[in-house]
Amino acid sequence: MALIDLGKKEVHCKIVYYGAGRCGKTTNLIYIYNAMSDSDRGKMLTIDTKGDRTLFFDLLPLNLGKISGFDIRIQLYTVPGQVMYSATRKLVLKGVDGLVFVADPLKVRRERNIESLNDLKRNVAEHGLDLAEMPLVLQYNKRDLVNTPVPTLTVEELEHDLNQEYQVPGFEAIATKGDGVFETLKEISKRTVNHVAKKHLFNG
Amino acid sequence: MILTGEIVSQVKEVINEKLISANVHTVLVIDGAGNILAHCGEDTDGLDAISLAALTAANFGATSQIAKLIGETDFSLLYHKGEKANIHFARLSGEMILVSIFGDEVSLGLVRVRVDELAVLIKKIFEG
Repeated sequence: MALIDLGKKEVHCKIVYYGAGRCGKTTNLIYIYNAMSDSDRGKMLTIDTKGDRTLFFDLLPLNLGKISGFDIRIQLYTVPGQVMYSATRKLVLKGVDGLVFVADPLKVRRERNIESLNDLKRNVAEHGLDLAEMPLVLQYNKRDLVNTPVPTLTVEELEHDLNQEYQVPGFEAIATKGDGVFETLKEISKRTVNHVAKKHLFNG
Repeated sequence: MILTGEIVSQVKEVINEKLISANVHTVLVIDGAGNILAHCGEDTDGLDAISLAALTAANFGATSQIAKLIGETDFSLLYHKGEKANIHFARLSGEMILVSIFGDEVSLGLVRVRVDELAVLIKKIFEG
């Protein structure tokens, strides 16, 4: 749930990067952290990783400048993608305002992407939210694998699997190099801030 | 949640009166999503309040799952004792959490009594 502080003229929103294990959620946050200046970012918090996997969540606070006189503060979170951490994912989704679903293009991960999106839908529903009505952006990550012998899914196949129901913007990305990372962040931030403003400031 | 300057100043006033005046170093009021609603007391060197708030919200979420495993619906307070600093977390109404950081010169009993009093006062302020 977004926080609007009328005294300080600040809007705080929570955006969660979701997706199956090893799809590149933390990589997105690390790229954003490294690319932003100290004045626009807070400390990045990474909780207890086991190997290169997120066990609880990562958190990156950002200042995105002013809109209509309000300072926009965004907190980016990731969830652990592995199937067994479903309870943790549900906890991190508490109070979420916007979502980025990061999809893995490997053919062998096709089912995992679909399962993860269904898991997201179920988990937001348990917080009383409808994914179809929330700010959501898809990111088709690891597009650099397309030119390698590794069997990958086309963007059309990913759209068919994941975006038929939601019809939201999807961005091709190579998070390790930063391609598509800020395009994704910009779109989800815009959608989230609009959603929060409409919900809390203009409609009551 | 929409916070007005008036609500924040009233909340800070009661926190200062009940806890900061009793030598509690730092007090935060946060919501269940990890947002900081009010921050009082010393800005302890190196205290990363944003991370503290996010971890506190997550910690409460995790421990409420532990509570369910032993047949409770939730735990209303958590306490961690350190060598020099101690931290006390209390669930307030409306999914808010009060975080108090204090040294050994302040007794836990006093903090608990004052936090109980504050819970009532803060609830009244938010309910208008």
